[in-house]
Amino acid sequence: MTITAETPTAQSRIAGSRLIPEEIRKDFPILSTTTSTGKPLVYLDSASSSQKPQVVIDAVDEFYGNYNANVHRGIYEIGERATAAYEAARASVAKFINAGSWREIVFTRNATEAINLVAYSWGRKNIERGDAILLTEMEHHANLVPWQLLVQEKDGDLEFIPITDDGQLRLDVFEVLLKLKPKLVAFTHVSNTLGTINPVIEMTRMAHAAGAKVLVDGAQAVPHVPVDVQAIDADFYVFSGHKMLGPTGSGALWAKRELLESMPPFLAGGEMIREVHLRRSEWNEVPWKFEAGTPDIAAEIGLGVAADYLRELGMDRVREHEKELVTYALVQLMSKHPDVALYGPLDAGLRGGVVPFNIPDVHPHDVAQVLDRFGVAVRAGHHCTMPLHERLDLPATVRASFNVYTTKADIDALISGITEVKRLFGSA
Amino acid sequence: MDDLYRDYILEHYRRPHNFGPIEGATASHEGANPLCGDRITLQLRVLGGKVDGVGFTGRGCAISQASASLLTDEIKGKGVEHAAEMGQQDVLDLLGIEISPARMKCAMLSLDTLQKTLADAQVPTAADKATA
Repeated sequence: MTITAETPTAQSRIAGSRLIPEEIRKDFPILSTTTSTGKPLVYLDSASSSQKPQVVIDAVDEFYGNYNANVHRGIYEIGERATAAYEAARASVAKFINAGSWREIVFTRNATEAINLVAYSWGRKNIERGDAILLTEMEHHANLVPWQLLVQEKDGDLEFIPITDDGQLRLDVFEVLLKLKPKLVAFTHVSNTLGTINPVIEMTRMAHAAGAKVLVDGAQAVPHVPVDVQAIDADFYVFSGHKMLGPTGSGALWAKRELLESMPPFLAGGEMIREVHLRRSEWNEVPWKFEAGTPDIAAEIGLGVAADYLRELGMDRVREHEKELVTYALVQLMSKHPDVALYGPLDAGLRGGVVPFNIPDVHPHDVAQVLDRFGVAVRAGHHCTMPLHERLDLPATVRASFNVYTTKADIDALISGITEVKRLFGSA
Repeated sequence: MDDLYRDYILEHYRRPHNFGPIEGATASHEGANPLCGDRITLQLRVLGGKVDGVGFTGRGCAISQASASLLTDEIKGKGVEHAAEMGQQDVLDLLGIEISPARMKCAMLSLDTLQKTLADAQVPTAADKATA
């Protein structure tokens, strides 16, 4: 895998093939804060949004404090500096996911906007009456609802790859569904709810062999596993910046250049045009054709810094770290709380840093509320995957999720927090 | 430490009052907070202008279930106009705990369902009057 040049900053945070999360934590100012109950913050909701290292916070601050100006416009020093930093961020993001060219990176607000971009631009042009789009039962609403709108408008059909009870995609059924000749297969790389890591390379190959285009939702993958978009060879790959240590308001669509060239614009306005006349316009080159209006410059600059930070840590190390955490969490939960229900694959090799569970007879909201008293922040609810919860016949789940700064001590805090929940609700 | 999970709240959650279907219901409604997965079906038996019987079924968090338990206690056996007058503050007073904005939907599910049940029974409620 890609071993990148290790800067002096990364060196104290890694040891051989391992991360040292206790050192990494020092880069994240929020992790040394305490909650209003005086407890140290134990942040186990990174799948929802990750925390930000000081270098990212500084990059945003530096932009607003020292060279705030619009991009691709100003013929003056700070304007040129802003443009250079914005485009350098694009290059960092391209390198992070091994894109063939920086032109294949379209900045968006988040993965949701990137999927909507594809649904509106590529989808409206290519999906016709009776066409099928193939999704999975484990999609986040962001990779479901835009396609619902599209097929409603075009009178097309949605089909779904089912999952096994432990949350893996049924590839045998996928094979059969491909006989419907879907125009597009869209699926998540890593499930935000169950943590399942899907076999993206194999699925992309199967979909392409059936003549379908492929969109991969990488929102939960780019922060946690090495992603090489050329190796995956999908047509579209989307992700959010705020889940990968970057600012909110940052994100990207990667797409094969010839596709971007052939797609009509999504949003229209300034920046995305080359020439405008009163009754017609010519579009700018890619990727700017898809970046109408002033973008969130500071956020995308911050995203570039986040991508560099993760690259320096090494995504192979990040993956190993989270695998270790998942194993530790599952073993601790099973041994200390055998009554707790666990969902998703039990093999940490198949699972990203996400552990959903339920305590018998205690609603997830109550679990989260009580854990909060101990400074432990987890997500409770349906995690924007209502159909998946329906499939598993669960009204809701509690989800603990990890990142580079998560330690075994965080998981220990969760385990003792669960003991307190059970004590309070009398289910111990 | 547990302002929210006081003993009586947990007691109402573990052993909710008026839990279960009732005989001869004259109105019922299923309310849900899809975001939380809380769900309540409320049944009323209104006889001679009185809430002669009330029962609920469903599942959800301690706050939603305790709120349903307390609210059904409050309206049982009283005039239907009393049930119709119940508002958010009344439910908060019944709960007697501080509810954060994030948990308001949980706390108000029973009230919302009660108002819809009454609407099914064509009893005008405080909520109707507020929007009229």
